[in-house]
Amino acid sequence: MQDVPTTWFLLLGAILFTIGAVGVLVRRNILVMLMCIELMMNAVNLTFVALGRELGSLTGQVVVFFTIVVAAVEVTVGLAILIELNRLYQTADVDEVAGLKG
Amino acid sequence: MIEMIQHPLFWLVAVIAVLSASGVVLSRNAIYSALSLLANFIMLAALYLMLNAQFIAIVQVVVYADAVVVLFVFVEMLLGAVGRIPVVERLTPHLIVALVVGFLIMVIVGSVVYEVPIGGARGSATQQAINQAGQVQVLGMTLFTDYLLAVELAGVLMLVGLVGALVLTHQWRRERGIRVQRANREGMPSASAGANRSSLTGNRS
Amino acid sequence: MLHSIWLVIAAPLAGVLLNGLLGRHLGRAFVGLVGVGSVGVSFVVGALALIELGALPAAERSIGVGMWDWITIGSLQVGMTLRADALSLWMVLVVSGVSLLIHLYSVGYMGHEDERMFARFFAYLNLFVASMLLLVLADNYLLLYAGWELVGVCSYLLIGFWFHKGDEEQAPVVLVDGSQVAVPPNLNPPDSGKKAFIVTRFGDFGFALGVFLIWSTFGTLNFTDVFAAAPQVPTATITAITLLLFMGAIGKSAQLPLSVWLPDAMAGPTPVSALIHAATMVTAGVYMVARNHVLYDLAPTSSLVVAIVGAVTALYAATIALVQVDLKRVLAYSTISQLGYMFLAVGVGAYAAGMFHLTTHAFFKALLFLAAGSVMHALHDVIDIRRMGGLRRKMPVTWLTFLVGALALAGFPLTAGFFSKDEILLKAFEFSPWLWAVGLLTALVTALYTFRALIVAFWGQPRDWPLYEKAHESPPIMTAPLAILAILALLGGLLGLPIVFGVPNWLSEWLAPIFAAHAPAEKHMLSVTTEWLLLGISAAVALVGIALAYWLYAQRGDITARLTVTLRPIFVLLINKYYLDDIYNAVFARGGQRLAALLAQGLDKAAIDGIVDGGARLFVRGGAWLTQFEDGHIPHYALGMFVGALVLVAYLVLR
Repeated sequence: MQDVPTTWFLLLGAILFTIGAVGVLVRRNILVMLMCIELMMNAVNLTFVALGRELGSLTGQVVVFFTIVVAAVEVTVGLAILIELNRLYQTADVDEVAGLKG
Repeated sequence: MIEMIQHPLFWLVAVIAVLSASGVVLSRNAIYSALSLLANFIMLAALYLMLNAQFIAIVQVVVYADAVVVLFVFVEMLLGAVGRIPVVERLTPHLIVALVVGFLIMVIVGSVVYEVPIGGARGSATQQAINQAGQVQVLGMTLFTDYLLAVELAGVLMLVGLVGALVLTHQWRRERGIRVQRANREGMPSASAGANRSSLTGNRS
Repeated sequence: MLHSIWLVIAAPLAGVLLNGLLGRHLGRAFVGLVGVGSVGVSFVVGALALIELGALPAAERSIGVGMWDWITIGSLQVGMTLRADALSLWMVLVVSGVSLLIHLYSVGYMGHEDERMFARFFAYLNLFVASMLLLVLADNYLLLYAGWELVGVCSYLLIGFWFHKGDEEQAPVVLVDGSQVAVPPNLNPPDSGKKAFIVTRFGDFGFALGVFLIWSTFGTLNFTDVFAAAPQVPTATITAITLLLFMGAIGKSAQLPLSVWLPDAMAGPTPVSALIHAATMVTAGVYMVARNHVLYDLAPTSSLVVAIVGAVTALYAATIALVQVDLKRVLAYSTISQLGYMFLAVGVGAYAAGMFHLTTHAFFKALLFLAAGSVMHALHDVIDIRRMGGLRRKMPVTWLTFLVGALALAGFPLTAGFFSKDEILLKAFEFSPWLWAVGLLTALVTALYTFRALIVAFWGQPRDWPLYEKAHESPPIMTAPLAILAILALLGGLLGLPIVFGVPNWLSEWLAPIFAAHAPAEKHMLSVTTEWLLLGISAAVALVGIALAYWLYAQRGDITARLTVTLRPIFVLLINKYYLDDIYNAVFARGGQRLAALLAQGLDKAAIDGIVDGGARLFVRGGAWLTQFEDGHIPHYALGMFVGALVLVAYLVLR
């Protein structure tokens, strides 16, 4: 059985990661920014699994397993913060939110 | 035959993944973004199947495609029209720098992936070994032996996340805070303290 | 006992610990017992050691008692080693003996202090004695220096003991023509303590340099090794060393030009003055020169300097003492003057005579101070002799003992002071008749001022009746030491009778193994006739001085009063102490203040503060500049993060 070359997966991961990164940077909707972060994470997960297969190691999949756990928690807490933020500012536009200003 | 089909299948899945990812970024409506994200997650699950990682593929569908995306949609629903923010209004310096940085990341990572051969220690989990015992069984053995502590900690982390989200969004805490603020502003520390105490006792009862 | 000589120092130190740490809880009686007892132990141990040393053959009378290595750095090896020989043990005996009596006296004198002050006083007093004993017993220059400095610290602590007291104004002197002469005020105790400490520091600076020079020249700091190697060293180096060491002696023994601190040291409690003057501090300089006689013998120039400084100081201080109105200050200037005699002695190579005078001076000066303290005690701290008078009827013991002390100080024939002073004058005459003449003149002035003070204070009619009525004799615990010291002042001369009496000079013989070992051959012996003649002259001078004082102050006070008006410029000069204090104030104190102000304003504020403030300003401004990037917009932060990540990845890839 001829496998798809690992390099293809890695390149796909790089493309997805970049799309996610650009999304985080250009979108002003916090909700979409969170989604883009998920995109980036998925891209990295794909890289891990692909390399794990290439190297014959299960560690790649184990790491992805934990990443998914952490991502789930992160989304939960992140969305909770988002809701609080929305209550305070009545908006989800990051440009309106400058509470971190020193 | 299967080899023949596998590669076109990869291409199909890969293109859909990239398109859906772009949809996440480019959709004006956050609901469309969420749906694009769902599509992207499912495509990734398919890629995991191709990589012979069935368990991860299932987890991807169950956790990401199901739980996470549903959560996003719920929040979008809660926020309503407030969540509608245009994608790009005008070309700011920030935007230009962001695009340049994104492009450079892709170029650098891509060139590395393309040119540098994959090195590193080869593990024992070869295709044959995995096929012999079954993918999920092998992964489970690994998780609950070598990574037992990490699994337990992940459980604790989820609990903490759960409690944290609850505390952050719980209604009474916010209202009490506002009441205390108002009392302070009106210069009635005793009243605020009293309100504080009563709310606390009220919570206890 | 000879090998347990460390007990001499350890006993007072134990007293310091006990009284210093627990004294305030123990009660006066116990504190006094510890204070006196510990010095008593020192005295007994010292005496036993002296007897033991005397039993040894003369050539072996030098025992080094090593305790532990103190400092070992490279080739620098300094041991905690004590040297017990004829000189050091004799000093131990004098120091601990006189201190013992002063401690005993202090129990009565300080009885009015509260318990904390009382305990503190005895702790300091014991530390003072221990330091001096360490200085005396030291076997190397560094240990000597340690004792030297410790003595300085103790003098600071004790002179400033009554730290709450302020300056004491002195009533101006009213002359018969109605004009007034202002008397400089007495400095307050804390400032006096600081003055003593700082002025002696000038000398100690030279002393320290001397020790460094010894180390770089000889490569060792042990007395024995240095003395053995000294003859091979060029005379110029030895002269430099000895002059530097003498600087220390000038400071510590209050010789010109560093004599100004000693009169102000009178601000301390009287037993402290007695201790400083008789036993523990000012004699250190004389002892140090005597200890280093090997070096001074090799450097005739230095010896000459020592002798001239001594002679000039003797006359200078004696003249000032003539006009002082403060009883203790009269004694203070007499101490400076007598120390001048001692330096004259060691300067002309008569080390044994110097030590002899040191001993007898310890007796009669302690006696005089303690008697003066007894007067102060009776008159509630009044010390101005113009308010005294007729005290002999109220305080017979004090009067008699003071008289004995005064006789000894004035050199009345057959008292202790007569023999020791005469021996010095004899040696000075051998060396140079000029120095002898200065010494003789000083002797005359000494007799004059001593009996002036005595007559004004004790003779005649009371000048201040209310004060006189309150006066009373001191308790026995104070008069007993006075009596003992009076006997010593009378009979102390037996230690060193002149050779022409045909009896052995015991002290000279005892110290001979020390001083004869390296001493150059006797220059030329005076004929017996000359010696008798000189003896007669000094006896006559003392008698004339006493008689003159009686005539001037007891019988014909009118002549004195008119004389003061006639010699008014001289009187003003003397009462202002030759303006030495004022010159120092103008030059060093004010100059120092100006320099400090300059440094504070110019260097510290402008340059150093400028650097520090500038650094702070740099960060404040830089921070303000950087905050514009902290605009609170999360995308901007995220962009920063990505740029950073990009740079890192680029570095890793392109490396």
